[in-house]
Amino acid sequence: MKARQKRLIFVLLGVVAVVGASFLITKAMQGNLAYLYAPEAVLAGEVPTGKVIRLGGLVKEGSLQRSDTKLEARFVVTDNRGHEVTVVTNKILPDLFKEGKSSVSRGILKEGVFYAEEVLAKHDANYMPKEVTDILKKEHTPTTKTIGETK
Amino acid sequence: MIPEVGHFALILALAVAIIQAIFPLLGVQLAKPQWIALAKPTAHVQFMLLAIAFTCLVYAFVSDDFSVKLAASHSNTQMPTIYKVSAVWGNHEGSLLLWAFVLSAWGMLVSIFSRSIPAVMLARVISVMGFVGIGFLLFMIMTSNPFERLAFPPAEGRTLNPLLQDPGLAIHPPMLYMGYVGFSVAFAFAIAAMLGSKLDAAWARWARPWTNVAWVFLTGGITLGSWWAYYELGWGGWWFWDPVENASLLPWLVGTALIHSLAVTEKRAAFKSWTVLLAIFAFSLSLLGTFLVRSGVLTSVHSFAADPKRGLFVLMFLGVVIGASLTLYAARAPKLQSTGRFELVSREVGLLVNNIALITITATVLLGTLYPLIIDALGMGKISVGPPYFNSITIPLATVLFTMMGVGLFLRWKNDSPERLIKILRIPAIMALVVAVVLPLLILPEFKWRAVLGLLLASWIAFTALLWFSGQGRSPFKKPLATWGATLAHLGMAVTITGITLTSMYSVENDVRLVANKAGYVVGDYEFKFINIENHTGKNYKAIRATVDVFQNGQPLTTLHPEKRDYGPGTMPMTEAGIDGGFTRDLFVALGEPLGDNAWSFRIYHKPFVRWIWLGGILMALGGLLAAFDGRYRRTRKIFLKDKAKRVAA
Repeated sequence: MKARQKRLIFVLLGVVAVVGASFLITKAMQGNLAYLYAPEAVLAGEVPTGKVIRLGGLVKEGSLQRSDTKLEARFVVTDNRGHEVTVVTNKILPDLFKEGKSSVSRGILKEGVFYAEEVLAKHDANYMPKEVTDILKKEHTPTTKTIGETK
Repeated sequence: MIPEVGHFALILALAVAIIQAIFPLLGVQLAKPQWIALAKPTAHVQFMLLAIAFTCLVYAFVSDDFSVKLAASHSNTQMPTIYKVSAVWGNHEGSLLLWAFVLSAWGMLVSIFSRSIPAVMLARVISVMGFVGIGFLLFMIMTSNPFERLAFPPAEGRTLNPLLQDPGLAIHPPMLYMGYVGFSVAFAFAIAAMLGSKLDAAWARWARPWTNVAWVFLTGGITLGSWWAYYELGWGGWWFWDPVENASLLPWLVGTALIHSLAVTEKRAAFKSWTVLLAIFAFSLSLLGTFLVRSGVLTSVHSFAADPKRGLFVLMFLGVVIGASLTLYAARAPKLQSTGRFELVSREVGLLVNNIALITITATVLLGTLYPLIIDALGMGKISVGPPYFNSITIPLATVLFTMMGVGLFLRWKNDSPERLIKILRIPAIMALVVAVVLPLLILPEFKWRAVLGLLLASWIAFTALLWFSGQGRSPFKKPLATWGATLAHLGMAVTITGITLTSMYSVENDVRLVANKAGYVVGDYEFKFINIENHTGKNYKAIRATVDVFQNGQPLTTLHPEKRDYGPGTMPMTEAGIDGGFTRDLFVALGEPLGDNAWSFRIYHKPFVRWIWLGGILMALGGLLAAFDGRYRRTRKIFLKDKAKRVAA
């Protein structure tokens, strides 16, 4: 095979790989990226319903309730500035899940209630996810404004 | 006193690394044989000094010397000795020392097993490894001294993260590091060959066994990590697409491409510049992995305390390594004329497709791993890229790769005819199809297309590997180790794919509420009955332990004891799963939380064929090991001389 033909094969294979990969990536990125929202953004109606998102904040003191017959648990996520969202989950809560501590839940918002498929807690005794710290630190600038716009 | 010896040895090691990096290289340039001759002794002294430093640190941990800050904050007198030792690398500073120590060990091994390598080449290789060593030693001495002392030593140390108090995890990091750092050898060979402008088949032949061994360790390390995540993280997953897991997968993917590309460069003198590029990337991705893990930019179970200064240093180091080697590459690559000619249907093109598939997977995984960081840095919000992204991308790409894995074995170098191939491959293709369709109908609970696809690819790889092996003439025990190795590695992949397919498609996972001595939970033929909860005390922890009786078809099968452990103040509670392992299925019970009225939450899994995932990993590593010890590499001296004679004649 001549050098030029060989180069052509390299280029073609490269193009096929790049096109294929970009196609797969764009397809995979649709719906598989979970943005993080603060309770404030949920109340402001910035969160798309029926789409998987993440909700971060503190678990409100005294808000954890358990069902007597099912695994179901309910708790309230707050940003300590009066914005609160109720979370419902049928999953085991993680070891480090505690009232008054931070948590990030992944799930879907439906009629103002957040149905979580997965609940994560901070994963070290002295560590809080940086993302949640940012939510709690934000005074009044809505973090999530930009998120809503990029969507 | 001992810690000071260690610290001093570390500083001396830096001094030696500087000599090791500069003199042999300059010696080659200025034709000074004495300087070139420094390569071997400096590599040996470097290894001894770092061995001393490392031993001193281990001693500080084992002897509970809490005046050493590192020991005080990661070890205590209550811990079993094995975990005191593994605590040495269960933290930032210690793991860096391990990195540097492993690097020096590789350097020494290269200098010992280098009789077939000309002194000039060896000098360059050792010198490149010296430069890498300088980077890591400077990093340690400037930002993270493992021997830092405390003016007021505490009577008792804190504790090692309980997650890491596990025998698997005691050897997981050293293995992974042997792999990461091992790619520095292939990298050093590539750079040395470029420096000498002599990218002939010889460098590839020298680099091959080293690359194989590094790959073996990386494969073993990843397999072990996955196994540990399964039983120790407590929630029964074997791969989470966690950024740090990805960081170890990336060099593995490129390393796999490198192993195959080196074969083409060695045997056919083709893909020369591509192979060099892969060697650079494999090592760069190892460094990137270290950066991602150690800088704390990622939130992960693996990240230690974040310190921006450290992250910046590793990032700069990474920039220097990649920048310098790519600059050299840009200068030298145009001269690399690949001489081997080949046609469209040939083993060369087969391996090229394999390489492109691997690199594309690498690129997409890298993108998914870094994307949240990039988006956050640009202030565009905080996102997470979940497993569905990685799954939906890797599965189609891997399908291409796995199909080629079977074809590639039978392709002839240079030129092959499609008709011949189809004739040979018909048989394994039909056999694979039969297995993939019949097996699910016979033994699996439900017919699923994705399972058929997975089984088809796995059995295709297995049948082609076996057919290829049997077609290699000669009796099995006279075949070269490389043939054994390739067959085993391919079979290992088939086993892993089978495990992944069946576990992913047919696992039953449920979070349930169980009341003590009440009705159990039924999964298929199995029933899980919660009996009671007791307190239990271990060597350095307190635990709540549940007793769960498991019945199969009404007959008592086994009793599992999932636990929740508390390793004392300042640590997080640990979930220790109760697992009944088996060749064809695992039963897995993890204890959740008390729900009141004798009720507890449990996570119950039935995972078919999950062990095959790791079994395949072991087979792959074994295959790589066999290939690395192929007799051919011991005869390289002769081949090298022949090459030389040929060149002279030409």
